[in-house]
Amino acid sequence: MPPIFTILIIYLLNENHLPKVPSNPNCLTATLRDILMSIEARERRQPWILLSPALTAITLLLFVPLLFIVVYSFWLRTATGADQSGFFLDNWREALSDPFYRDILLFTLKIAAITTLVCAVMGYPAAYFIARSRGNKAVLLLLLMLPFWISYIIRTMSWINILGVSGALNTFLIWTGVISEPIQMLYNQTTVILGLVHFLLPFMILNVFVSLDGIDVTLEDAATSLGATRWEAFVQVTLPLSLPGLAAGGLLCFVLAAGTYITPLVLGGPTDAMFANLVYEAIITQLNWPLGSALSLMLLAVLGLLVMIYNRYLGMAQLMKGLG
Amino acid sequence: MGWHLIRGYALLVYVFMFLPVAVVVLLSFNASQFGSFPITGVSLRWFGELAQNEAILRAFRTSIILGLLTALISTTLGVLASLALVRYRVPGENVISTLLIAPILVPEVVLAVALLLFLNFLGVNKSFGLLLFGHVIFTLPFVILVVQARLMAIRRDVEEAAMSLGASPVQTFFQITLPLMLPAVLAGALFAFTISFDDITGTLFWKPGGVETVPTQIFAMLRNSISPEINALGTVMIVMTVGLPLLGAAAARILSKKSGT
Repeated sequence: MPPIFTILIIYLLNENHLPKVPSNPNCLTATLRDILMSIEARERRQPWILLSPALTAITLLLFVPLLFIVVYSFWLRTATGADQSGFFLDNWREALSDPFYRDILLFTLKIAAITTLVCAVMGYPAAYFIARSRGNKAVLLLLLMLPFWISYIIRTMSWINILGVSGALNTFLIWTGVISEPIQMLYNQTTVILGLVHFLLPFMILNVFVSLDGIDVTLEDAATSLGATRWEAFVQVTLPLSLPGLAAGGLLCFVLAAGTYITPLVLGGPTDAMFANLVYEAIITQLNWPLGSALSLMLLAVLGLLVMIYNRYLGMAQLMKGLG
Repeated sequence: MGWHLIRGYALLVYVFMFLPVAVVVLLSFNASQFGSFPITGVSLRWFGELAQNEAILRAFRTSIILGLLTALISTTLGVLASLALVRYRVPGENVISTLLIAPILVPEVVLAVALLLFLNFLGVNKSFGLLLFGHVIFTLPFVILVVQARLMAIRRDVEEAAMSLGASPVQTFFQITLPLMLPAVLAGALFAFTISFDDITGTLFWKPGGVETVPTQIFAMLRNSISPEINALGTVMIVMTVGLPLLGAAAARILSKKSGT
């Protein structure tokens, strides 16, 4: 396995930097100092050797490209041939002043907010159940992680099997005689939210679980023994302590929901386009790359602002816990 | 009483998570012409049709090759970086950690657009290479998070003990470090493969015309209508993406048991 070989090579290369101890005892102290210094230098250098491939990749494939689309967003699209480079404000004027884009941005934020809220309401009690159940926590968590591994596109399209005209629900309702003709339940705002919740719920549950699992159970017992009811103990002790996990889960759900374009394409109707769909349209369909750049940056700015506010108050550590 | 309520609620949440997936699996064995309800009989017909479908087989080949290469590169970069972060005190470690997981913090659509436009500017058109670059960059943070968590569990003193007992660095690496690290490396590789295999958001931006991965192939087929073949394909993918990590987890357990931790 080549990754292992690479690691081995780097590891061995660096182990061999260790100087040999000289046989002449007279210069021992000087050499000792050299050895210590060289070990120290090695200790300082080695992590950078190990980090450089990953940091180079991220710089060249993420940061430089992001800077590049900032430049690109000021270029102009020409009907034929290459886009015209320069400093034009046209794309930004269009992206920022056209109410079409503003409305879809607000719609996107609304969908993401509702999705996050539903995830929290559905996910918190489930996470609480897993964290407080005795014994089989690992199995319950593993069960929860299974949908994580199931393909996003499969999970999204699976709702067509349930809610479609010849889907499970319509078939059942006709069979029981509640309706005589199948009804169209798909391709609207609600099904977009449904698909997103189904996709994002594990993120929420996992984050809340990590947070709840770290809270000492006896704290609640202490509160009840001091006269609080179980509900009061929960509201005043456990809930506040688990808020960081809830916030981390919420941030993930919101950012991921607001950046999706596949779910609205599969489960949404023609009027349910979200902001990322506009980006996709501009880049892939209309080939208007300068405008697409500006729209991408708008989305990045809005969601980046959220991440920054989160980072300011809660820090990234909680988020890492839930992801790892 | 309250606890029963919570348990019932949690059960409903689990049903919500699994029901649609169960229906996909159920329908993939349906003999009916249209692949929807009512179920008229049990048949493997749609799996047979799947195996005959050239486009789907091609998509599978593409996805698997892409996934393997992504796992290879991403795991190499990720394990090296994780070693640095876990084993050394690096100045500005927090900043570096944040930089390394930045690809998760940027919405994938934006990452996709930026990479596409930049590499196109450099003369790299939509191609398999572009797909590979893209997949590597957004699987890397996940690999780093997973591998880092696993590496933390390996104690440095075990290596130091081996060396102080006279093992050479080579012996130490092969007999101590590598066996202890292997589960972390495998977990990272598996994670990268699965994420790459499943990706559609970035892939739709990066893939050249005519090349499809399994998810983009499913997406293209959905445009017409939901065919029974899609359900069969879904079942195959569920088996692959759920079965593989479970096998991997089992393998990691056996490996780590053997090495005595």
